[in-house]
Amino acid sequence: MSEIINAIFTYGFLSRALIVGLLISVCAAVLGVILVLKRYSMIGDGLSHISFGALAFASVMGFAPLSVALPVVAAAAVLLLRLGGKKIKGDSLIAIISGSALAIGIMLISYSGTSADMNSYLIGSLYAISKNDMAMAIVLCMCVMIVFTLLYNRIFCITFDEDFASATGIKVNLYNTIVAVLIAVTVVLGMRLMGALLISSLIVFPALSAMRVFKSFMAVTISAACISVISFLAGFFLTLLWDGMPTGACITLVNLIIFIGLSIAEKVRK
Amino acid sequence: MAIIELKNVTMSYEGSRVINELSISINKGDYVCVVGENGSGKTTLIKGLLGLKALDGGEIIFGEGLRKNEIGYLPQQSEMQRDFPASVKEVVRSGRINRKGILAFFGAKDRKICDNAMKKLEIDHLAHKCYHELSGGQQQKVLLARAICASEHLLILDEPASSLDVGAADEMYEVINKLHDEGMTIIMISHDIEKALTWADYVLHLGNQKALYYGRSKDYKARAIEGGFWERGK
Ligand SMILES: Nc1ncnc2c1ncn2[C@@H]1O[C@H](COP(=O)(O)OP(=O)(O)OP(=O)(O)O)[C@@H](O)[C@H]1O
Ligand SMILES: [Mg+2]
Repeated sequence: MSEIINAIFTYGFLSRALIVGLLISVCAAVLGVILVLKRYSMIGDGLSHISFGALAFASVMGFAPLSVALPVVAAAAVLLLRLGGKKIKGDSLIAIISGSALAIGIMLISYSGTSADMNSYLIGSLYAISKNDMAMAIVLCMCVMIVFTLLYNRIFCITFDEDFASATGIKVNLYNTIVAVLIAVTVVLGMRLMGALLISSLIVFPALSAMRVFKSFMAVTISAACISVISFLAGFFLTLLWDGMPTGACITLVNLIIFIGLSIAEKVRK
Repeated sequence: MAIIELKNVTMSYEGSRVINELSISINKGDYVCVVGENGSGKTTLIKGLLGLKALDGGEIIFGEGLRKNEIGYLPQQSEMQRDFPASVKEVVRSGRINRKGILAFFGAKDRKICDNAMKKLEIDHLAHKCYHELSGGQQQKVLLARAICASEHLLILDEPASSLDVGAADEMYEVINKLHDEGMTIIMISHDIEKALTWADYVLHLGNQKALYYGRSKDYKARAIEGGFWERGK
């Protein structure tokens, strides 16, 4: 263990990965609470597929990955959260858009023959992130957390009762759009850590676990963040102990264990 | 001067008219009860008042210095998520949000107003309970407390007692009456016409896209029987 801690301080990339991972875990967990409560769990999944398509496009074209993926996914998130449920039913809309984006991404990558990228986007790896992207990720995560904290009370009011919120003059659409953008940023950043296949579990699991035990919004939000951090740290160190283990899969399994544990605890308490 | 004045208000859903050229005015301190058959447009009218649904024609004028976001609203019970984690305190406090700027953090004053509202409705002992673990009557009181936090002038209540048993409903009506005595203007939708007539000063009976009756509640019964719409208020 002490060797690992030494290594983190010795190798810059390890400590950077640790910081980014922690920040992303917290962002994903707090936004996950809102997605779960709004019954939009599938949106995380859909956005990750869109993000995959956008990242593939960027890497084939030689653009900076985040500068392509962020605006595309943000636009998709706004579209899905606002239009979802109007013309086409929400989940079928997600399926259509995300499926197409995934297909386009796979086509592009196969065509250009860089399968290494495909793996890192699908499975995720903290060490695949460049120094520049890392700095940007840290800044963006901080922004997500600050905006969420500042708007926390409004977000609660809207999530709990949209009609009451707009009756009291809150611009519900504006705040839903802001939340959509925050989610998009988190998904794009989180994809590098978790991979397109597992990012939605980083978003949804901590919230579901926290809701097993806690019954107030504040408690659920804070404990979801804590659960997410614990899962990340566990996943991170397991990956270092056993070389070659994928971080995302480790984090998800730790989350699953916490979820099962808390579910049992809830049953026993009743 | 009226606190709310409706001039030729017209509302519809996808082309089918629900309210046609309705003009009424409500004075400060009035207690108005809105009645009418299911689907007669009571909820629709209130959504128009609150700006939740756009009008197709006419206008709504707020007087007496009432600001649009200073209305306490109790929505008609809709199916809310059963597992939503929210404490009573959090729900009540969210009523204060309209008084806050962009950075909505609650201070000592908000805390005091929320505590007072919860005391008034005798739910202060429930403050830390989960909203969804309460009985229907308690839940309605929590939502009423939230509405009080949002306004000291005007409450708009959409069937506050519809899902409650007789005892809890009476308790609810008494609380609302107490608020009215303290000077609150009240617009309440109700299915219970007898109760409405005992408590409210005015009755607005919606039907056929217009007001079948709008006036003092003491004159309502005679007019309603005469006009043949007495039974349809329920
Ligand atoms: N979202 C909607 N889309 C289309 N039509 C609607 C919608 N909401 C209500 N309506 C229609 O408008 C009419 C008035 O509905 P409203 O909900 O205002 O009635 P109400 O008087 O509140 O009834 P209730 O006593 O059942 O609450 C009804 O005929 C209803 O079918
Ligand atoms: Mg109604």
